[in-house]
Amino acid sequence: MQSLSNRKKVIEQKPMNFWERIYLPAIFKGLRITLRHFFMKIPTVKYPEERRPYSKNFRGQHSLKRDEEGRERCTACGLCALSCPAEAITMTAAERTKDESHLYREEKYASVYEINMLRCIFCGLCEEACPKEAIYLDGPHVTADYLRKDFIYGKDKLVEPKFDIKMLTQEKSI
Amino acid sequence: MAEEGKFKVTIDGIPVEVAPGTTILNAARLIGGDIVPPAMCYYSKLEGSGGKCRTCLVKVSKGSEKDPRPMPKLVASCRTTVMDGMEVSNITSDEVLEARKGVVEMLLINHPLDCPVCDQAGECKLQDLSYEHGTEQTRFAFERRTFERVDIGDKIQLHMNRCILCYRCVYVADQLTTKREHGVLSRGDYSEIATFIEAALDNDFIGNVIDVCPVGALTDKTFRFKNRVWFTKPVDAHRDCPTCSGNVTLWYKGDDVLRVTGRKDEYNEVDEFICNTCRFDTKRTQDWILEAPTKVDNESVITANHYLNFNPPPVIKNSSELQAANEEQLARTERLK
Repeated sequence: MQSLSNRKKVIEQKPMNFWERIYLPAIFKGLRITLRHFFMKIPTVKYPEERRPYSKNFRGQHSLKRDEEGRERCTACGLCALSCPAEAITMTAAERTKDESHLYREEKYASVYEINMLRCIFCGLCEEACPKEAIYLDGPHVTADYLRKDFIYGKDKLVEPKFDIKMLTQEKSI
Repeated sequence: MAEEGKFKVTIDGIPVEVAPGTTILNAARLIGGDIVPPAMCYYSKLEGSGGKCRTCLVKVSKGSEKDPRPMPKLVASCRTTVMDGMEVSNITSDEVLEARKGVVEMLLINHPLDCPVCDQAGECKLQDLSYEHGTEQTRFAFERRTFERVDIGDKIQLHMNRCILCYRCVYVADQLTTKREHGVLSRGDYSEIATFIEAALDNDFIGNVIDVCPVGALTDKTFRFKNRVWFTKPVDAHRDCPTCSGNVTLWYKGDDVLRVTGRKDEYNEVDEFICNTCRFDTKRTQDWILEAPTKVDNESVITANHYLNFNPPPVIKNSSELQAANEEQLARTERLK
């Protein structure tokens, strides 16, 4: 039958000649390739000690932002949880008392804010939905862990640390 | 003349026959759909309401069969009664849409736009209205008027900042209760809903001011910051109540009833007013006889995560074999720690 693609090749098997039968040329050929790789540039990057340049719009771990006075911006409006296609975000709202106004920006704040990192697909819809510019996916990769419960990130991991000019050093921290 | 004793009106080219004395708004509601003018202050169950907010402005291009001259200005459809042969244009008239845009801008001049904090967000008529007709930016360059929030009684909270002065709550207090204790004080830009010396409102039916409020000015203190409206699931229920009809909507989150409201129709108006006992004091499932999940408009944000049957089948089947394996795994990790 004629082949449809006209690209069919008929392979014919021939008995090996003398040089092929002693295998030595093939072994040296293979060793030469291996030896060449010793002197090539290594493409492996040893994360996290060493990092490749990241794209500007890379989406990593979430961080809950503070405003210029160091107050938490999140008001627990629930729009991030609503927009989340993986339903990874849950929160509980609470009312700010009189003496907490230096901690929270609005009269309502999130007392509990949890993101399940096993569910999160890092699509960035929460970032887009937020009316208060409170959540950004600007962190590093979410690291591996052993237990499921350790993947539920609470406010202790998500809220960005307070900016303190005294703690600022010249060294560039990773 | 159409049928005996009936007036024929044409709204946006759709003819309808209504009884004399019907307002243009109600005639439009008989047709239904997109051509119904939005209304912030008119409430069909409250006598004398309407004519305050001007969002329902329409253009009357032909006064009546006998006098076909158009009306010189746009009219408020909630207070204008129909005439025989009247021709009205609502969404087909650019003039009306332009005027409505201006009205929304006026309503939003003093509105704080604190929707992320407000408990009404998600079922707020002003939100819907400004989404549909509003502009993206305000042109108002002055300070918005601000008030401290006030507790009216122990169950109702008043955020005067958000109020659009629709007077609905005043009419509720006038018509449903014997003694009105709150009203509108001051005039013009300074006017506000207030009680004299912050007297507590404690009538059996005063909780209805929460339901009639089109914005988040009067909210339920027992629901304050409990959850967002769109995370709760509305279920129709009834109970044998000595003071009111007992037909309500329960808003569930998991197994808990977070709040109780009256049953609202498509125009956000309650069918029957409910009493304070039903609204604030009976928040357990065993107090109620559940009927069915409330029908929610497809376009509403409340339909997010909304299931149509009471007990949706579980997503994951219980498997004893898998559970045993998981427990074993957990024990092993605990040992290793």
